Amino acid sequence: MIDYKKNELLRFTTAGSVDDGKSTLIGRLLYDSKSIFEDQLAAVKKSSEYKGLDYVDLSLLTDGLKAEREQSITIDVAYRYFSTPKRKFIIADTPGHIQYTRNMVTGASTANLAIILVDARHGVVEQTCRHSLIASLLKINHIILCINKMDLVNYDREIYEKIVEDYKAFASKLQVKDIHFIPISALLGDNVVDRSERMDWYEGSTLLYLLENIHIGSDNNHIDCRFPVQYVIRPQSDLHHDYRGYAGRIAGGVFKPGDEVMILPSGFTSKIKSIDTYEGPVEEAFAPMSVTITLEDDIDISRGDMIVRSHNQPVTGQDIDLILCWLNNKPVNPSAKYLLMHTTKDARAIIKEINYKIDINTLHRIEDDKDLKMNDIARVRIRTTQPLFYDSYSRNRYTGSLILIDEGTKETVAAGMII
Amino acid sequence: MENYNLNYLKELEAESIFVIREVAAQFERPALLFSGGKDSIILAHLSRKAFHPAKIPFPLIHIDTGHNFPDTLTYRDELIKELGVRLIVGYVQDSIDKGRAKEETGYNASRNMLQTVTLLDTLEEHKIDAAMGGARRDEEKARAKERFFSHRDEFGQWDPKNQRPELWNIFNGKKNHGEHFRVFPISNWTEMDVWNYIHMENIPLPVLYFTHQRLCFRRDDTILAHSEFIKQKESENSEMMQVRFRTIGDMSCTGAVLSEANSVEDIIKEISISRVTERGTRADDKRSDSAMEDRKKEGYF
Repeated sequence: MIDYKKNELLRFTTAGSVDDGKSTLIGRLLYDSKSIFEDQLAAVKKSSEYKGLDYVDLSLLTDGLKAEREQSITIDVAYRYFSTPKRKFIIADTPGHIQYTRNMVTGASTANLAIILVDARHGVVEQTCRHSLIASLLKINHIILCINKMDLVNYDREIYEKIVEDYKAFASKLQVKDIHFIPISALLGDNVVDRSERMDWYEGSTLLYLLENIHIGSDNNHIDCRFPVQYVIRPQSDLHHDYRGYAGRIAGGVFKPGDEVMILPSGFTSKIKSIDTYEGPVEEAFAPMSVTITLEDDIDISRGDMIVRSHNQPVTGQDIDLILCWLNNKPVNPSAKYLLMHTTKDARAIIKEINYKIDINTLHRIEDDKDLKMNDIARVRIRTTQPLFYDSYSRNRYTGSLILIDEGTKETVAAGMII
Repeated sequence: MENYNLNYLKELEAESIFVIREVAAQFERPALLFSGGKDSIILAHLSRKAFHPAKIPFPLIHIDTGHNFPDTLTYRDELIKELGVRLIVGYVQDSIDKGRAKEETGYNASRNMLQTVTLLDTLEEHKIDAAMGGARRDEEKARAKERFFSHRDEFGQWDPKNQRPELWNIFNGKKNHGEHFRVFPISNWTEMDVWNYIHMENIPLPVLYFTHQRLCFRRDDTILAHSEFIKQKESENSEMMQVRFRTIGDMSCTGAVLSEANSVEDIIKEISISRVTERGTRADDKRSDSAMEDRKKEGYF
């Protein structure tokens, strides 16, 4: 039985180009960590035999929908789960095709770490750079570059080292601080869960060991107090007649009873009376806890307001600079208004200016083509109907991110990261 | 610096509570679908936590196939009383009587598929715009790509190719007239997480989950409970077995496992060494490779 009181959660995303062996790697992690059940394995064995394969194709474990099985590709983000005695893992498995930038952005938005796969025979290719840049844009703090298919290059150390050097040269442009390299064979299991005997020259850890031990505690912001009010709790029962609690999830900082706080947008100040949970009041609350805050004073507060400290406020504004990733088949309509969701606040917005598009393979600016289409990434300025309370995305993922929604179809059409 | 880390169950709990509160805030007429199984029990438990000290601000809906384990109904009624919330029951029998659904016949007849009709009718009758369910992504491969907020068109159908991308913790519940949402607050939980949480929170469960003596029979790889709702073949002899259930659904398709597990700790131990998934005991999933996906498209949970 695992000690769930000590276990942490690690969310990671996996990316690689077609045929880099990503599904096989995930299948291998699930299989070697004993997260695969007999009935699942039996189904995969049966399918492998049917396809005439002489090995068990672990990639079949993760292909989901009928449409994908027919096309043998992954078309959407799929979530996988496994755990070891040390951690629980959530994998956002994203397809690597060029047209699926949007899926990678989606998968990366909740991840602490990215595994990027490189085929040892091909080395660092355009897609490797694109995946890394997206991870960097989405502020994933840790990247593990897995140099896969080492079995196909005779476990050659020089080939591995060349790829590491190439990647390091490229990665100097990224904002990711923590990068690791591991030579693996997902197909045969080398250095995935078990240490490879065929690469005794490699002295680093296995992939699973790294996933279990990498330090992720500091990925949340525990400095700037931000509490977007999500829902107002008013029991109006005899027992709790005057109770008025502000429910929400801490987006940053550490809140304590007695703290002087300010409410945005009104600017009123008060003190925290209690921080309540079902189990009773708590002495402190930090991201990503869901709690209910009560205040000493009766102030009119509703969903979309934000509770902060008066000496440390977010930016309040209506003209906002963003890195925007377009997610919809329908391109940007420069004259349209879009619905906008940011923390728990709704507003409307227009895209005032598209400054430049970003070539996601090189990070170069494209100034002469400003049509934003599906999978394009651009720097833009928007104007909102009401002020938002925000931080830069690099400071706080929760208060620095927003989405745009088409007013007609109500589909999510863009993801924005505030600069 | 102090250690500001949540253990993983607390983090999953915080995420689910956030999602449940989003539903209450973004929709006008949300509801929680309650099957009597452990996942919907957890959902009710999390909902209570989310709005404490107020009551849960939405009703529970139970789709009653008429083929329930009696224990499920007892548990349901006690829970409703304790939570002080409204219960809406949709009866599959009503759908059959109205000619909206046709009873299956034969040995593998089950009302499981018919539930979809009753569910959609009940949601429409009560104008539910967001129905929360306890489905998890680890259950079945068609569920691995399901969103927390899953958009349904005006026919209640799920289009897997046209789902909204879901980024960070921003959940887009905007919709046009006639459309509605299914919401899955415990998407990121696994079967083991659910059991560990039940253990941590000491949540009472229906006795069916624990070992008991029951008259059962074997069909293919499954052990089914003997009941008036299943037609047994001549070769299928009933005998007393020491069993428990890993999932609880309609009596006609929920398989039992041989087990001595008498407590949540026993069950956790049993699952950690078990090599078969919990849906491996569900006859409804074995109909074909994409059985779940096809049912989901039509509006099944």
